[in-house]
Amino acid sequence: MRRIPTPFWALLPIVLLAALGVTLVRGGLLDVLRGGAPPVEELTFERVTLAPGLIRVELVNGGPDAVTVAQVMVDEAFWTFTSSGSTTIGRLGRTTLEIPYPWVEHEAHAVTVLTSTGLTFTHEIAVARATPIPDARYFGVFTLIGLYVGVIPVAIGLLWYPLLRRIERRWLHFVLALTAGLLIFLGVDALHEALEAAERVAGAYQGVLLVLVGAGGAVLLLQAAAGMRVGAEGAAGRRAVAWLIALGIGLHNLGEGLAIGAAYAVGEASLGAFLIVGFMVHNSTEGLGIVAPVASDRPGLVTLAGLGALAGLPTIAGAWLGGLAYSATLATLFLSVGAGAIAQVVVALYRVVARETRGRPVWTPLTAGGLLTGLLVMYGTGLLVAG
Amino acid sequence: MTDDQSSRRVSRRELVRRGALGLAGVAAASQALRAAERGLPASVSPHGAHEPGNAVGRGRVGDASIDPTVFLEQFDGGEISRDPRGRIVREFHLTAVDRDIEVAPGVFYPAWTYNGQVPGPTLRATEGDLVRVHFRNGGTHAHTIHFHGIHAARMDGVFEVVHPGDSFVYEFEAKPFGLHLYHCHAVPLKKHIAKGLYGTFLVDPRTPRPEAREMVMVLNGFDTNFDGENEVYAVNTVPFAYHHEPIVVRRGELQRIYMVNLLEFDLINSMHLHGNFFHVYRTGTKLTADEFTDTLMFCQGERHILEFVYEDLGRFMFHAHQSEFAELGWMGLFNVVDRAIA
Repeated sequence: MRRIPTPFWALLPIVLLAALGVTLVRGGLLDVLRGGAPPVEELTFERVTLAPGLIRVELVNGGPDAVTVAQVMVDEAFWTFTSSGSTTIGRLGRTTLEIPYPWVEHEAHAVTVLTSTGLTFTHEIAVARATPIPDARYFGVFTLIGLYVGVIPVAIGLLWYPLLRRIERRWLHFVLALTAGLLIFLGVDALHEALEAAERVAGAYQGVLLVLVGAGGAVLLLQAAAGMRVGAEGAAGRRAVAWLIALGIGLHNLGEGLAIGAAYAVGEASLGAFLIVGFMVHNSTEGLGIVAPVASDRPGLVTLAGLGALAGLPTIAGAWLGGLAYSATLATLFLSVGAGAIAQVVVALYRVVARETRGRPVWTPLTAGGLLTGLLVMYGTGLLVAG
Repeated sequence: MTDDQSSRRVSRRELVRRGALGLAGVAAASQALRAAERGLPASVSPHGAHEPGNAVGRGRVGDASIDPTVFLEQFDGGEISRDPRGRIVREFHLTAVDRDIEVAPGVFYPAWTYNGQVPGPTLRATEGDLVRVHFRNGGTHAHTIHFHGIHAARMDGVFEVVHPGDSFVYEFEAKPFGLHLYHCHAVPLKKHIAKGLYGTFLVDPRTPRPEAREMVMVLNGFDTNFDGENEVYAVNTVPFAYHHEPIVVRRGELQRIYMVNLLEFDLINSMHLHGNFFHVYRTGTKLTADEFTDTLMFCQGERHILEFVYEDLGRFMFHAHQSEFAELGWMGLFNVVDRAIA
């Protein structure tokens, strides 16, 4: 035993597993285990876009077996189509179908894929509208959307900084708790949205577990990366927390931008002046959260701008990405990473307050009240946005 | 299937998105948005004429168990002999067989068939003939053959269920003259018919009908995903068969179609002829026409003889006037020519 090198013991089970797998597949044992059951087919419509006289459908096979697309029906009529790749899509494979169909603006259409075994998969286009073409103007619009949704509200929120510098420490703790409340609200929202998007993810990508990996991964990575600095005493630790908060909010806003871009791309729009005001109020609280930890220090303008950019700019990137390449899988991943990052930030925030109270109870009427106020502010301003 | 976009309640993210779009619309972006909207080309494109057809799916059917062009004019008169009384006896052999058939290009359907084909062979006799059908069940489920016509109760193919491997001989006099059908009557009935166990049973009158070019058209369809609705509609099993290969018709020649509706799930079917009208002999039980029309309705199991003559050259469409059925395969063409059919 002692003479056999260690790597052997690491690799032995893996080699045996591989050998077993080969035997299973080659030896026809698989057929016995399947018991002659018919293949399981699953197709997911990853993205459906419209151009004049053309419907473009991106399909993903999230099932265990290969699926062959035999025919396409649009609104209960057989229609011709071309496929970017083979019409036989292997597990986790994908293909794009182009259907030259004279769709009608603002009306609903249903695209049905008929597979070789006769199964059907249908996607409904709720309101048909040409998908915007990604050109300079398109990027410009998305950049503007990102600025208004992410960057400007955050920057406005940062203007609370001078106020925060002048208030007493216990009131600063109130504001920090309030920040935690805001973040918890955003985190739960992101998690909820991630789980909703997960339902639309192709089966093999295991949407809900993708949320776990994304959120858990974000928590662990941030913990490992920032743990040491956050643990530092005084200003350095507080500043690290501020950067973390900005990063967490930034990741959250990335997911937000993704959803906005996707919504815009598929032509879902509903305007309202009241919503705009509500939106400004709602998101400016994010800026407050970022500066609260460093209120007692003297961060330079560059630092403040950097914090604001980190929190706000990802919205623009998200909007671009969502508009150009939205997929439920991507949305699930980004939203869950955002949720995980926020969870980690809330923990860091707790530690900042705990360190400053030096052994005395963290939970006072002010901190508890702050947390609750944070939740209520988000809920209240959310009502403004609710149309 | 439901639409997850529209049926979902309004989420916060959607509100956020609305707000964002509101901002984008009201702020400086509004200019760009308007431009973008102007820039969006209208969704107008040439609505597909039927030729070149986008609306007929993709590819051709390879193995539908029948060749629709051949099946169209194929009549099986059976093996003929005479009984001691001098009466004509026609013997037919039908075997139930399970078989996968291609019901749309690349789409395979696990059918139950008579003699390995859907529809089953078109059986033809003259009124008063003795018909003897030797049925063997080579399938995996119990089946029967139920003939429409006037015959004894035990020859009705309902209670004498024929189990896999078993046989049965149906014997009856062919009457009344007319256009009839046969199909399996084992339960569940809907399943046994929808799977393909049906065919045409034609009984000619003793005084023959006028000389004509004769065709059999069985209106059918297939529920490929077993949801109780047809995905594919056809005349003689293959969707768009006579669209891809139009039926050649000689100008001035009398055309006679024996049209039988065996469509399941949909309550009614229909036949509409372009550029012409046809005489209708309802159930084919009279020698005088009942109606002169260009659109005829068929309930499930209903069948009629249609007669018409084309006096103009060119291609004329015929299809179900349920547009949905037409665009899902029940559509074809007559190509009227001057010369004799090669």
